[in-house]
Amino acid sequence: MTIQTSRDGATTTLQIEGRVDTMTSPQLQQAVLEAFQEAEKVVLDFKNVSYISSAGLRVLLIGQKTAQSKHTAMVLTHVGETVQNVLNMVGFNSVLTIE
Amino acid sequence: MKELCVPAKLEQLNHVLAFVANELDGAGCKETVKTQVMVAVEEIFVNIASYAYPGQEGMATIRMQITGVPAIVQVDMLDQGIPYNPLQQKPPDVTLPVQERAIGGLGIFMVRQTMDELCYRYENRYNILTMRKALNG
Repeated sequence: MTIQTSRDGATTTLQIEGRVDTMTSPQLQQAVLEAFQEAEKVVLDFKNVSYISSAGLRVLLIGQKTAQSKHTAMVLTHVGETVQNVLNMVGFNSVLTIE
Repeated sequence: MKELCVPAKLEQLNHVLAFVANELDGAGCKETVKTQVMVAVEEIFVNIASYAYPGQEGMATIRMQITGVPAIVQVDMLDQGIPYNPLQQKPPDVTLPVQERAIGGLGIFMVRQTMDELCYRYENRYNILTMRKALNG
């Protein structure tokens, strides 16, 4: 998995590519939490992600909880069918912002 | 039947997933089903690597066979760690609001939701979890 970070004003976008699994999730968690240190909105671009396990879901939950506690926002974009099915299955479609 | 036996360590995950992906690719498995089977294997393997052998080292074995028309994949995951039936784990409440969601507990839930059949047995000092899934269902 690779993560490309870009900033535009108060928005930080993380373009994620590859598998979000047990081994790569700590890297994603670190990138998300770092982004929240300055950004008011963190966008996770899932265009190139088709695999997410529970370790990755845990990071999304940590990110969402961080966003709420800081009164900022986390948004997922370009979520493909496979990942969307996983998010629906665990009820994350109702707790995350997916555009 | 193909078999992979590796040390029950998280660093082996890529090796395990490559083995599973290779078998499924060879059988012409649908991409969505392939991902579901790989995620299920990851969840069980990570459980074994994290909890089966507290304070000591051990092995994990993954057996795969694809049979029948339409094709069904069977994955057996074995370890000789402490007896543990992951299917007895209480399912998480997936309807709670975000602040009340527990971090964790979703792995086995996902396995239950995506596999067609699951069974656990403890035999000859082995934990054996069997998963079955139609490849193009």
